Amino acid sequence: MPPKFDDETTDRKLCIIVSKGTMEWATAAMVLGNAATSEGIELHVFFTFWGFDAIIDKRMDKLKISPVANPSMKVPGTEIGMSNMLAGLPGMTAFASAMMNKEMEKLGVPPNREFMQMVHDSGAKFWACRLTFDMMENTMGLTKDDLWDGVEDIISANDFMELSEGGQIIFI
Amino acid sequence: MATELIGGLEVHVDDEGFMTDPNEWNEELAPALAKEIGIDELTDGHWKVIRFLREDFAREGQTATLRRVSTMANVPTKELYELFPKKPAKKMSYVAGLKKPVGCV
Repeated sequence: MPPKFDDETTDRKLCIIVSKGTMEWATAAMVLGNAATSEGIELHVFFTFWGFDAIIDKRMDKLKISPVANPSMKVPGTEIGMSNMLAGLPGMTAFASAMMNKEMEKLGVPPNREFMQMVHDSGAKFWACRLTFDMMENTMGLTKDDLWDGVEDIISANDFMELSEGGQIIFI
Repeated sequence: MATELIGGLEVHVDDEGFMTDPNEWNEELAPALAKEIGIDELTDGHWKVIRFLREDFAREGQTATLRRVSTMANVPTKELYELFPKKPAKKMSYVAGLKKPVGCV
C-alpha cells in the first residue's frame, strides 16, 4: 500500500495565537506553523500584544531572548541558573540572543523574517490583532505600512472567532 | 519487512509505505511511485527536487527537509507546494524512494 496522503480529506485547521515577541516564542510558533502547512493543514497565525514585534517590519529582524527572570536559562555548559544580577548586566540580552541565533542556524532554523516568509509561502495566513494595533497607533503612531507585508489584515477578536471556527487553537 | 510491487519491481517498504532501501530505487521507478500518490507526470521541476534529494541523501545519510531543498537546490517554497501539493515533504521523499525527513525545519 502506498502512503495514505489523504489529500481530499485533509480538512484540519490550526490557529496559532502569538502573544509574545521574544525570539524563542516567535520561533516556536513558526516551527509548529511550518509543520502544520507541510502536513496539508490550513493555518492561521494571529499576532497579538507583544507578538507584534514579530510582524512590525523594523523590529522583526531584531527579536531577542532575555536571560532576565528566566530560570531555565543556565550559564552555558553548566547546570547553574543565571542570576538576575548577572543576566541584567548591559549587553547580556544581546549576547544571549546572538548565541541562540547561532545555535538555531546550526540546526537549519531560519531567522524570523525568512521563517515567516517560508510559512507564508506555504499557504499560511497571518493576521494582526485590532486592539493591539489601535493601542500602538495611539502610543507610537504605528500605521498599517509599518507591518510586514505578509500580514493579511488587521482583525478583531470576533473576526478571529469566525476564522477559527472548527479549528484547533494553540496559544503561545 | 513488507514488500510492495511498484512499476513491476518488488521493493521493501515501511509501515507507511515509504521505501526502506535506497539502493532499490532508480530513476525508472520514480514515475511509478509518483502515480501511486496522484502525481501523473514528473516535470523538470519534480526531477530537480528528486535528484537533489538523492544526491543529498548520498552525502548526508538522511532525507533533506523542505527548507534544505529550497535553500540548497534553489527551489522556492511555493514551488515545492505546487509540485507536491499539500504534503510536500512526505511526497517528495516518497517519489525519491527515501524515508520522510526527520528534521523539524
